[in-house]
Amino acid sequence: MSNLTDTAGRVGGSYKARIAGKKMLIYVVCALLCAMSLLPFLVMFVNSTRPSADIAQRLSLIPGNMLSANIKTLHERQNFDVLLGMRNSLLVSASATCLCLYVSLMTAYGLTVYRFKGNRLAFTFIMVILMIPSQVSIIGFFNEMYKLNLINTFWPLIIPAAASPSVVFFMRQYMQGGLPLEIVEAARIDGCGEFRTFNMIALPMMTPAIATQAIFTFVGSWNNLFTPSMVISSQKKFTMPMLVSLLKSDRFRTDFGTVYLALSLTVLPLFVVYFALSKFIIGGVALGGVKE
Amino acid sequence: MSQANTLKRRSSRGRLEKTYWGYIFIAPFFIVYAIFQLYPLLDTFYLASQKYMITGANKVIGPTYNGLKNFQQIFKAVGSAGIPKVAQVFVNTAVMWIINFIPQMLVALLLAKWFTDTRFRIRGQGAIKVMVYMPNIITAASISMLFYSLFSYPQGPANSVLASLGIIDKATYLNAGVAATVAIPFLEKGWAVRLIVSFINFWMWYGNTMIVLIAGILGINPSLFEAAQVDGASSNQVFRRVTLPLLRPILLYTLVTSLIGGMQMYDIPAMMQQQGSPAKDMTQTVTMYIQELVYSGTKDYGRSASVSVCLFLVTAVFSIILFYIMRDRDAAAQRKAARAARKGAVKA
Repeated sequence: MSNLTDTAGRVGGSYKARIAGKKMLIYVVCALLCAMSLLPFLVMFVNSTRPSADIAQRLSLIPGNMLSANIKTLHERQNFDVLLGMRNSLLVSASATCLCLYVSLMTAYGLTVYRFKGNRLAFTFIMVILMIPSQVSIIGFFNEMYKLNLINTFWPLIIPAAASPSVVFFMRQYMQGGLPLEIVEAARIDGCGEFRTFNMIALPMMTPAIATQAIFTFVGSWNNLFTPSMVISSQKKFTMPMLVSLLKSDRFRTDFGTVYLALSLTVLPLFVVYFALSKFIIGGVALGGVKE
Repeated sequence: MSQANTLKRRSSRGRLEKTYWGYIFIAPFFIVYAIFQLYPLLDTFYLASQKYMITGANKVIGPTYNGLKNFQQIFKAVGSAGIPKVAQVFVNTAVMWIINFIPQMLVALLLAKWFTDTRFRIRGQGAIKVMVYMPNIITAASISMLFYSLFSYPQGPANSVLASLGIIDKATYLNAGVAATVAIPFLEKGWAVRLIVSFINFWMWYGNTMIVLIAGILGINPSLFEAAQVDGASSNQVFRRVTLPLLRPILLYTLVTSLIGGMQMYDIPAMMQQQGSPAKDMTQTVTMYIQELVYSGTKDYGRSASVSVCLFLVTAVFSIILFYIMRDRDAAAQRKAARAARKGAVKA
C-alpha cells in the first residue's frame, strides 16, 4: 500500500482528498441500498397499524393506532388463520429439512468413505441431476401424486426432499476436507458398526455444515409456493405462501390495513430467524451458497 | 512418513471389506429420487406424447397416443402479440430475467470491488451485507404481495406518492369516488409489471451475488494484487486485468445458476397477476403457463407436459454448460488436494 501513496506522492494531498471523497460516496450509496432493503418492510409494518382509509390516501411512516382493530378484523371477519398456516408450514419444512439432511449426509458419507464399484458414476449422476429443476417434471409429479392418492396431503412436500442433489454435493465437499478417514477406520478397528460410526462419529463432526444447510433447506421449503399450489387445494392444508396468495382475493379489496397486517405476520418469523442467525447465514452464502 | 502411510492405506482401502455398505448408504437417496423425481420426469415426457385431458365436466379423455400433436398445438396457439403463446411465455421469462440480471451483476460487482479495495477499508461491511441480503430470505410470495399492495389501484401508496409529488392531480386522487380517473393502474400495464417483477428479483438477489463475489475476490491469492501494484497498476487496472479474469469461473457459475433459476420464475410474476389484467400477456412465465394449462377449465395434461418438455430442453442446454464449469472446478480442487498431499509426503 505504501508504494502506491509514494508514487502518488507528488499529488499526495489531492489523492487523499479523492479517496476520502470516494469513500463518502460509497457510504452514501451503501446507506441508500440499506434503506432500499428496509423501506418496503417498514411501510408494511407501519401500514398494518393504520386504518385502511388513511393508507389509501397517503404514504406515511408514522405508526397509527389501529393495530388491535386490524387484528380483530383479520381474525373475526376475514377468517385468515395465520397460526394454522404457520403450523402447516412448520410441520412441512421441519420434516422436509430433517429428512433432507439425514439422507443427504448418508449419501455423501457413502460416497466419501466407501470405495465401491460405481462410486464415481453415482457422483457424476448426482452432479447431472443437480441441474434439473423440479419444476420441469411437475405434471408427471402431479399425475403420480394423484394416482397415489396423495393430493391434499403433506407427503408430496416432504418425501421428495430426501433426494436433494445440491445438499449432497455440499456435504460431500465438506466431508472431503472435514472428515479424516483415519477416524472412521479407528472406529471400525475398535469394533464400532458402520451405522454407529456414521451416527456417533461422522455426524457430530459435520455440525457446521449441517447447521448451514439446515437453514437454507428450511427457508427454501418454507418459501416454496409452486409445488404446494399444485398439490394442495384444501384451505385447511394451506402453507404460509399459499395463505399469502389468498390476500389477493376480492374480500380483501379495500381492507388495506388487514392485508398489511397479514403480510407482516407472515414475514415476522423470518425476520426474527434471519436477524438472530444472520452472521451464520451470510457465512453460508459466502461458502458458495446454493442457489435455488 | 506417516503421511505416506496414510496415502498407502487410503489407496488400498478399496480392496478392504465392507464396501457393500457404500450401496446401503446411498440407496435411500436413489430410491426417493427414482420414485419422486425420475419417474415424474419420464412420465412428463410420456404425457407430452398423449392426448390426455379432463374436461370442465370432469370427463376424462385419454390418455391416447397422438405423437407430436401436442407440440404442434402449443406452437399453433397464437397469443395476443401475434407469436405462439408458448414462445411468448419464454420471451416474457427471458425479458424479466435479463432486466433483473444485468443491474444485479453490475451492482454486485461494484459493491464487491468497493468492499475489497484496500484503499477504502469500508467499515460496517458485516452490517451492510446483513441488510442487503435480507430480502433474499423472506418469502417471495409475501414480498410480491407487498409490492402488489404498494401499487394498488385506484388508491394505494405508489399512487399517493405520485399525488403528493403533484404528478397526478391531488384533489381528484383524494376523492375515492373519482380517484380512478387520475390514478395509474400499474398492474394493468405490461411493461410496468415486467419492471416491478424484475426489480423485485434484482432486489432479492443482488446481495446474494455480492456476497458470493466478495468471497471469490478474497479467495484470490493476495500476492497477485501486490505484484500488480508494485508494477504500477492503478486500482481500476488491477480490477479489470487481475480480479475479473480470475473471477471468471464464479461469474459464469452465477450467470448460469441465475439463468436456470430464472427460467423457472413463478412466485413473483404469479403473485403480480391481477384478475383479468391485460398485463398478463406480457408477464406470464413458462411455469405459470404450465400451471394454467392444468388448472383452468379443461385440464390439458398433454399440452402442459409438452410445454414442460420445452422448458426442460431449454434448461438442459444451460445445465450442460454449468456442468462443465462445475466439473472443472471440482477437478481443479481435487488436483490441488492431491498436490498438497504429495508435497506433505515429500516433506515428511
